[in-house]
Amino acid sequence: MKSRRLMLCAVLLLGIAPLVLPSFYVTLLNYIALYALVALGIVLLTGVGGLTSYGQAAFVGIGAYTTAVLSTQGASLPAWLAWIGGSPWLTLLAGLLLTMLAACLLGAMTLRLSGYFLPLGTIAWGLSLYFAFGAIERFGGNTGIADIPAIHLAGASLADNRHMYYLIWIFLLLGMAGISNLLDSREGRAIRALKGGIIMAEAMGVNTWRARMIIFMIAALFASASGWLYAHMQQFVNPVPFGIQMGIDYVFMALIGGSAQVWGALLGAGVFTVAKQLLQDVLPRLLGETGNFEIVVFGFGMILLLQRARHGLAPFLVKCMPAIKPRMRKLDPNVAALPRRIMPNAGEVVLQASDVTRRFGGLLANDMMNLSVRAGQIVALLGPNGAGKSTLFNQISGVDTPSSGEVQFLGQRIEGIGSRKIARLGMSRTFQHVRLLGTMSVLDNVAIGAHMRGTSGVLSAAFLRDRREENRLLAEAAKQIERVGLGPYMHEEAGSLALGQQRILEIARALAADPCLLLLDEPAAGLRHQEKCDLALLLKKLRQEGLAILIVEHDMDFVMNLVDHVVVMEFGKKIAEGLPAEIRENPAVLDAYLGGVE
Amino acid sequence: MNTQIVLILAQDGITNGAIYALLALSILMVFSITRVLFIPQGEFVVYGALTMAAMQAGKPVRVVWLLAAFTVAAVLCDVWVRYRRNGRLRLTLAGSCTLLYPFVLALLLNRLPLAQLPMPTQALLTLAIMVPFGPHMYRLFYQPIAEASVLVLMIVSIALHMALVGLGLFIFGPEGARTTPFIDYPLHVGAINLNSQALLIMLTSVLLIVAMHQLFERTVYGKALRAVAFNRLGARLMGISPVLTGKAAFSVAALIGTLSGIAIAPLTTLYFDSGFLISLKGFVGAIIGGLISYPIAAAGAVAVGLIEAFSAFWASAYKEIIVFTLIIPVLLWRSVKHYPIEEEE
Repeated sequence: MKSRRLMLCAVLLLGIAPLVLPSFYVTLLNYIALYALVALGIVLLTGVGGLTSYGQAAFVGIGAYTTAVLSTQGASLPAWLAWIGGSPWLTLLAGLLLTMLAACLLGAMTLRLSGYFLPLGTIAWGLSLYFAFGAIERFGGNTGIADIPAIHLAGASLADNRHMYYLIWIFLLLGMAGISNLLDSREGRAIRALKGGIIMAEAMGVNTWRARMIIFMIAALFASASGWLYAHMQQFVNPVPFGIQMGIDYVFMALIGGSAQVWGALLGAGVFTVAKQLLQDVLPRLLGETGNFEIVVFGFGMILLLQRARHGLAPFLVKCMPAIKPRMRKLDPNVAALPRRIMPNAGEVVLQASDVTRRFGGLLANDMMNLSVRAGQIVALLGPNGAGKSTLFNQISGVDTPSSGEVQFLGQRIEGIGSRKIARLGMSRTFQHVRLLGTMSVLDNVAIGAHMRGTSGVLSAAFLRDRREENRLLAEAAKQIERVGLGPYMHEEAGSLALGQQRILEIARALAADPCLLLLDEPAAGLRHQEKCDLALLLKKLRQEGLAILIVEHDMDFVMNLVDHVVVMEFGKKIAEGLPAEIRENPAVLDAYLGGVE
Repeated sequence: MNTQIVLILAQDGITNGAIYALLALSILMVFSITRVLFIPQGEFVVYGALTMAAMQAGKPVRVVWLLAAFTVAAVLCDVWVRYRRNGRLRLTLAGSCTLLYPFVLALLLNRLPLAQLPMPTQALLTLAIMVPFGPHMYRLFYQPIAEASVLVLMIVSIALHMALVGLGLFIFGPEGARTTPFIDYPLHVGAINLNSQALLIMLTSVLLIVAMHQLFERTVYGKALRAVAFNRLGARLMGISPVLTGKAAFSVAALIGTLSGIAIAPLTTLYFDSGFLISLKGFVGAIIGGLISYPIAAAGAVAVGLIEAFSAFWASAYKEIIVFTLIIPVLLWRSVKHYPIEEEE
């Protein structure tokens, strides 16, 4: 347990730091922790979730001004508000609540839009709130609010920075622990899928909009808590530290540290704060003029960092100290298996597509397509390239909505309800172009498939109350990985597998959802002969278990020896349907594939 | 409020709006061609205005040395890339010319009696200094990571904006500056006093918008730029160089930004750090156009100018708050209108 010992040393050092360091350094450490708490939210938002916010400083301001107003202006506030000012802990709650409201509102507006509207929106509201802090009379304009009382903890005052130090660092360490627990959980996997895996995650039943909202909210709340700590540490607030420049600085801290690691926030905040301190001392002397010239160095430095080392400084540190690498997940072989879905009876119609038509402008990609799949049956969808097979797949799985016609799944109409809800009903799929999260392990990738079979939320994950369920989910994922034959690769990065293995991995992920209908889009492409035989065996076994399978495939030998029923498409229309042997002899099919038999 | 005040405010609003519209179009063009959200657009406005002001005040034009630094760095980058590719250290003829340019320009600026020159000549010199910044910026900061995601490119933009603000403080000093008007010819239409400089700005803006339209619709280069905006890979396969189009887009952006700065400088006092808010108001216009539509963006930007002028009259302390909160209903409307589940790059 090298990494645990390392952590213990670090915590011990932090504990004695204020006892031995001069007061200047203690204050510096306080600032580093305050900044790191905000940067931690950005790590979650940017590094993990692929969203960016330049407005975090405004949330810090909301936290700081809430407590400043409530705890100093009790006399002039209405009675229903004034009582909150009685305790800083109540003002913390009030600040968090207000931040949550603001984040909810702003998130609801920007999180549905394309990625780049969010950062632009954050700049706009960051500026608005900053100007508001300066313009609202109660906030004291640019002079701000003074005489904010110190926090009292168990009778002792935390007016001294050395005492405040402990409270600030406890907040930060708890935040870091909570985030790393969260990322290593069911909701955490959904959050990690946001960066480049949204379509896949939706198809696995993940509500990606909700996941975005969650991380946005967490980042805002961390910022607000930092603001509360700041106000009570300084005992004074004015608008300057909540401006857009500070918002940009927070993003830079997260990026410098390495926005994919939880402790990258601390590293980044540390490097940034110390560097700023040094540059502010050195540069004006060097240039002979006063002014904040350090932004030139930070600006160009940031560009260089993005060009040369986009993942920040953390990866270099990991290389030097292998002990801080994340540990491999241990699987508990004795956990109870997850409950399974009640399968439809063999022979029952599971999927029925009737007259499905999809137009793209003047192009008829699907023209009155009819298709049905029964439980315990494998149906193949064949056709030359561009016949409209993948389009039909998208209509069925809810990625797209038919122009007309209907799709029934288990007797329920599903067109237009979206892939997430369809996934919940028991349909699972693989993608023609594999959609995996390359830097996550095979196990984690497959566990996303089991997302719908768990219920643990964010809070229970942060406090590790979800471990029982989490172990069951991982055990299920491991079971499916063994079943498709990827057992030896369980803890490898998914991106390091060969393409054929990645396709198989997608099948394991689909199976982890415990579906009753499986859609496979060219599963055998890129597989070797033996792997194809193994895949055929697996699919036959699944059919025996009562699964309905719809498969698009080009490999004729593979299809003809496996499936029960074949549907052939050309130019968006069905041209033939029947048993494999019949299709082999069908003149229309031969014509479509071989260009006519004279 | 009487008609007189309404008309004055409207004139103010439309004048500023015309500048914002130019910037919005430039931002839109740069975004569609290079996927860069070009936040430093406003720095061109400020640098242009302050350079012109420095000339008129008879101060040394220090910004040309920044151009020299950017040029040397950009040429060195090219030489280095070629060295890595074929192992030879060589400066091309074009490279040498590029390298000489800022130094010749510096010599010229040193010799000419800048303050006594006619204003159009001063403006031309300002453009001669500022426009080359565009392609060099693309070369140095964006070209090495041209394939990165929109978010990464945006962070580069913000970092570049910060660096330019700091450099602006060093080059131009903390004082604001205003230039002499190009024309000072009071116009009276009925009871209304029209500011001739404001009219000049509107005219310039309209002319530039028409010129941009002509460039994109009528010339091969314009069509090539549009092709890149429409489909980068396809355009590349057709032999359209992404590097060249990127540099071209940034040159046009530099030209428009500097011209805007020269035009607005007689009416507003600009400081080294005024660029950010100006640029963001252009962005608000561009966002109103959904970062897609040129006409809506231009109209949105003019609306931003008008709202700014009227809110300055009614609630001056809340002017910026109102302008930047404006973006929220726009975003709300856009997010209600469609909800695509799409993959970020």
